[in-house]
Amino acid sequence: MPVFDQQETRKPPVSQIGAVVWLKTNLFSSWINSILTFASLYLLYIMIPPLLNWMIFDASFSFGTVNFFGFEIKFSEEMATNDNCGRVGACWPYIYEKLYMYTYGFYPRTETWRPNTVFVLTGLLFVIIPLVKNYKYKNRVTLSLIIFYPLISYVLIAGGFGILAPVPTDQWGGLLLTLIIASVGIIVSFPIGVLLALGRQSNLRIIKLFSTLFIEFIRAVPLITILFMASFVLPLFLESGNYFDKLLRALIGIALFQAAYFAEVVRGGLQAIPRGQYEAADAIGLSYFQKNVLIILPQALKISIPNIVGSSISLFKDTTLVLIIGLFDMLAMVNLTSNDPYWLGREPEGFVFVTMVMWAILYTMSRYSRKLELRFNTENKN
Amino acid sequence: MKKLILESLGKSQHRGLNFRDMLYNNEARAFFFQVVTFVLVIGLFYTAIGNLFHNIEERGINTGFTFLKNRAGFDILPFLGNYVVDYTPESSNFSVFYVGLINTLIVAFVGIILSTLIGLFIGIARLSSNYLVAKLAGAYIELFRNIPILLQILFWYNLFINLFPHPKQSFAFFDIMFLNQRGLYLPRPIPEEGFSVVALSLIVGIIAAYFVKKHFKKKHDLTGVYTSTWPFSVGLILGLPVLVFLALGSPLQFDIAVLGKFNLRGGMNVVPEFLALTFALSVYTATYIAEAIRSGIEAVDKGQKEAAAAIGLTPTQSLKLVILPQALRVAIPPTINQYLNLTKNSSLATAIGYPELMSAFGGTVLNQVGQAVEILAMAMLVYLVISLFISILLNYVNKKMAIQGR
Repeated sequence: MPVFDQQETRKPPVSQIGAVVWLKTNLFSSWINSILTFASLYLLYIMIPPLLNWMIFDASFSFGTVNFFGFEIKFSEEMATNDNCGRVGACWPYIYEKLYMYTYGFYPRTETWRPNTVFVLTGLLFVIIPLVKNYKYKNRVTLSLIIFYPLISYVLIAGGFGILAPVPTDQWGGLLLTLIIASVGIIVSFPIGVLLALGRQSNLRIIKLFSTLFIEFIRAVPLITILFMASFVLPLFLESGNYFDKLLRALIGIALFQAAYFAEVVRGGLQAIPRGQYEAADAIGLSYFQKNVLIILPQALKISIPNIVGSSISLFKDTTLVLIIGLFDMLAMVNLTSNDPYWLGREPEGFVFVTMVMWAILYTMSRYSRKLELRFNTENKN
Repeated sequence: MKKLILESLGKSQHRGLNFRDMLYNNEARAFFFQVVTFVLVIGLFYTAIGNLFHNIEERGINTGFTFLKNRAGFDILPFLGNYVVDYTPESSNFSVFYVGLINTLIVAFVGIILSTLIGLFIGIARLSSNYLVAKLAGAYIELFRNIPILLQILFWYNLFINLFPHPKQSFAFFDIMFLNQRGLYLPRPIPEEGFSVVALSLIVGIIAAYFVKKHFKKKHDLTGVYTSTWPFSVGLILGLPVLVFLALGSPLQFDIAVLGKFNLRGGMNVVPEFLALTFALSVYTATYIAEAIRSGIEAVDKGQKEAAAAIGLTPTQSLKLVILPQALRVAIPPTINQYLNLTKNSSLATAIGYPELMSAFGGTVLNQVGQAVEILAMAMLVYLVISLFISILLNYVNKKMAIQGR
């Protein structure tokens, strides 16, 4: 009786694995591909090293002594000035000195803890909401957060209550203002958007007509015209005719603008709900209000979540436009700080810094939206 | 029996007007809600407009469109709009509107072409089998898509005016084109007598090429004999005008910029504001177009290509007749939407002072005249018309491309 020895598993052939094979199949599979690879490498060569040199190797990091949460970190004897900062590389001490302006604008330096508390609260919000996901009263918790979080944030930032000294809105600026405009824009415009979407899908002719007109009009014109409208014309529509707070005017414009876009996103969700759901809701005798709140909207909003996030990303990008009507968001701070006579000719550093911050925020949001899209995409893939 | 059924349905039998019936009647309710909305909206408008007139009168702002005839009295950055309208500060406010409109349209036109080219290139590169090329294209999309467009416009504008050399040290391309801080200097074409004949021959060539193509397509349908038509097309569209051009003794001169004492003189100056704006808009919009094209190509099932090969189509035929028509059906509608977005985003030129509609007319004239309502209404109307035009185009394309059911 023949006996078979258990042989060791053979290694895969060298011609099919390994770095060389990977290079060959992915980069040098044909002569055209080889040319493309070398062209790309050349492109990287002419772009990346100069950029790194400017940003890191030739750049100045002489921040002086930095107080980082109570730890003293010593970068250099004293902070660089514009003259000894060098012109070959970036001058990051400039950014360090103007960091306050980029973050808070003209917010009083003694009151920084207030926006900071709001930042921490916002961070906590993102921790709390996933935590209470399985809690019995999660709806109540979420609802109270939706009501109290903006209220507390407003009280803290604007002040004027008790010991909190009032801070007028023209002192708000920088990243703080960008975040305020984006979050207020999203929170205020969303309910309006849902109502407009329902209006556009309604059987009632006149309501449908008005909703459609509003949505199509807003979507056809650029945001700038809306902001100019809100800034110059809106006060004239009111009885007093006074020019009220500039930020509030901008917020009204942005909220109306964004509502039209949210409306279209939600309408997409509404149209994706099978007719049977509407008919079933009618059949069990639900009213219009009950039908939408209990049956249709929960489903429609759920499938439009990825697009809602996508639309919010656009809104975040659009907040930079407020600099045109004279609000000092983070981008406006670049122009403003570059006028400092002690730091002349430092626009590139400002632009690169703001670009990095904006990009980091937007990239995180877009990754998140992609993740949601994958999670909600229950369609079968082949 | 009838009475019994009606009672079981909860309906009262008598037909007269009953308040309770009205309250629970769907049509009555619908009517009521619509009337309420109508009254509210119209009331809101009525009060708003009333307040508007009241406030305007109180402030002594003029109304009406007579300001359009008044002297503008300010200089506009010289660009295409100025040349077309022949603008001077003595011109009317309406010519400012016209200048702005032309400048908007030229940005949109150049931007659309550039962004399509970049987008096409990046979208195809994204699907390349070459790892490095695909990753680079992906990095391009992720980088430029996630930076606000206004930031990009300001960034490039700043970079252009800071990095480009002084006019004395311009970058020269074959001594025909020059690039410096004040922009790009191109040769200015000066058409001479007889050039209109060349332009006419181009149009004739295009029409003739269309009929040639139609003729051979008919032949192909009838007899199955396929004739390649592109040599005819090239000959008619390119060759005919060139022949006419040469026969008439080159009726076109170029005015090339010459370096003067401090600046370049002559030529056609493309201002840096235009360069920065168009570049930023094209680079930004191209990321969206690239994604549209990628999803279009990915949407075509692999089986389609295999089926085309199985019935004996050549790779070119398969691409032209099977793959592209299906890929374009998915890719073109979002691309056209991006064209609209590009046109709308061109209004951000306000931030760098390129004299397009919202900057020259909606900005400078608004500040001088103060008639915000009329001026903004005119500007919005232009964008409404552009967007209406693009949605008509979109509908046409969608109809043309719809899968034809039989």
